[in-house]
Amino acid sequence: MARLTLKNIGKSFGKTEVLKNISLDVEDGEFLSLVGQSGCGKSTLLRIISGLEAPSRGEILIDGQVVTEQSPKQRNIAMVFQDYALYPHMSVAENMAMPLIMSQLPLHARLPLVRHVAPSARRAKPSMATQVETVAKQLRIDHLLTRKPAQLSGGQRQRVALGRALVRNPGIFLMDEPLSNLDAKLRVEVRREISELHHSSGLTFVYVTHDQTEAMTMSDRVALMQGGEVLQVAAPNTLYTNPVSVDVARFIGSPQINILPVQSRLDGLFLGDINLHLETIGKVSDLQLGLRPEALSFRGVAGLQLQPIKPGSILLPFQKRMVEDLGPEILIHGCFEADPEIEIRVRAQKNTDYGKTDQFAGTHKLQVAIDPTQLLLFNAHGLRIQPTPHMAQSLGEVVT
Amino acid sequence: MSSISLSLRSYAPRSVWSLIGTLFLFLGAWVMVFPFIWMVSSSLKPTDEVYDANFSIIPRTFKGFENYYEVLFNQPYLIYLMNSFLVCCGILIVQLITAVPAAYALAKLKFRGSSILFGTVIAALTIPINVTSIPIYVALAKTGLLDTYLAMMLPFFISVFAIFLFRQFFRGFPDSIIDAARVDGFSEMEIILRLVLPSAVPAIAAFSVFSFVAHWNDLYWPLIVVTSQDKMTATLSMMQYQSDFDTDYGRTFASATVVTAPMVIAFLFARRLFIRGITMTGVKG
Repeated sequence: MARLTLKNIGKSFGKTEVLKNISLDVEDGEFLSLVGQSGCGKSTLLRIISGLEAPSRGEILIDGQVVTEQSPKQRNIAMVFQDYALYPHMSVAENMAMPLIMSQLPLHARLPLVRHVAPSARRAKPSMATQVETVAKQLRIDHLLTRKPAQLSGGQRQRVALGRALVRNPGIFLMDEPLSNLDAKLRVEVRREISELHHSSGLTFVYVTHDQTEAMTMSDRVALMQGGEVLQVAAPNTLYTNPVSVDVARFIGSPQINILPVQSRLDGLFLGDINLHLETIGKVSDLQLGLRPEALSFRGVAGLQLQPIKPGSILLPFQKRMVEDLGPEILIHGCFEADPEIEIRVRAQKNTDYGKTDQFAGTHKLQVAIDPTQLLLFNAHGLRIQPTPHMAQSLGEVVT
Repeated sequence: MSSISLSLRSYAPRSVWSLIGTLFLFLGAWVMVFPFIWMVSSSLKPTDEVYDANFSIIPRTFKGFENYYEVLFNQPYLIYLMNSFLVCCGILIVQLITAVPAAYALAKLKFRGSSILFGTVIAALTIPINVTSIPIYVALAKTGLLDTYLAMMLPFFISVFAIFLFRQFFRGFPDSIIDAARVDGFSEMEIILRLVLPSAVPAIAAFSVFSFVAHWNDLYWPLIVVTSQDKMTATLSMMQYQSDFDTDYGRTFASATVVTAPMVIAFLFARRLFIRGITMTGVKG
């Protein structure tokens, strides 16, 4: 149980700056994910939290204590690695007992040869064995305790790695892409198990992943990183519906959000020459319009579930290029006739009529309705413009 | 009858090329084995027959009993073998104690000047003992260490070859396991002792064989620093039958056979380990 605070953390390798001034607060018992593409610095940040890497600048606090100079052992953290990092020649039980041996036994009881006869080691053994067994039962690996890591499957190895981390009651649990070496089916299973583990243990989790689904499904909050900076820290739903910038909107959500260049004029918002009849920021400037694939819906196509058209919806002519059937829904790729350069993805729910006729055969020109309540507007620098007039004005000034 | 032809068939060459290949390998094997055969054959002969123009492997006059009796019972040959064994073990143990931590540091730790240090190790590989033998001899003479076991071992305590070999081997050890160990609270020495060493057994075995054989066979250095008979190594003891006026070759060869035997027997037993050490590929999962 611990609260983690990062203050202005920076890290440079030679001349390359991989982390720029990162400040984060992780509450006691919170599950925070660090998400971003590879090379965004998320793993480096995790290694800095663990103490395996020293920051070039800034401070790390655990429960209000500065731990920047402390070794990983002193910080009482546990870490799970992508490739499990089990000790290859030790059995599962020995692997899991290692953190206990290292933290509970004095140095002389860990020396080679001496450790086999030291009385303190002999006394501590039974209690360690019970602790290992308890955790092994919890993770359902108690039947594997005598095996070597090489004799285990990927999922079992990952459970052993989790067990080794859990057995010592760490304050903070760090995970570095623990699921990426597992196959897709197992990944969903272990994902659920990690979530359950978080709930039952009540520990503080910091979880690094490049997979947004993992981050969105497991976390209390997600920190989205890019180029060594944290772009936004928010609950998964907030990150999706209320991104602070185009980069965040682009990263979160699959299929990806549609971003259209639009122009704000005094009399409205224009896509090409078409007035979208939306509120404008009152100044002439170039903006970007973000449309989630589900914020769009088709009119007059059989087989698709029609969403009720909200008042103020905008109807635009749409040119279809490709249709992907995803099972319960379909994904249509195409473009608005007003701007054929930009590819647009539209997600539509099928209804029971779908498949009875070839709905799209021959039809290339469709009508798309845009839900005006689900629009995301960004300025030319990619920053979000909130729909309140006051906010819009202040952001507009930044633009010009 | 049929079983004989069957077993013969498995040795029959499958093509002309494999026949040529086999002959070539046979020739190579003969070149390797012949000195040993010659050594054993000569150890059974009287001196005048060893370099006789009419060479034959089977001795015409059998002097084997006399030669071997002389070597085994008229000199303290067990003491010589023991001396060799002590010197080789002493050298090997200190070499391992110094080389393993050095190699781990060069392979896995980040510190200023590590690449220069490693370059120095590589450069030191190219310097043979003959170059440094005079200064080392002078130093030993001035410290009064000549004619001791320590004098025989001291120049070989730090093996750059071992540092290089282990460094290459340790580099293949997964970093994440070392990181996991650091998080679990291992000290760096414990990482070496508990994690890196157990995985490096093939490399250590291979190096041990190299080192042991090299120092068992070493004649040059013990010849320089040892004069008293009770400290002579087995290899050095062969020189006893040589003098400025007369050399008893039969006995020298008998002595050589006795000295070589432990190494050959050890090699035959540890052959698989030896081959694995040379062809080692690193750590698996």
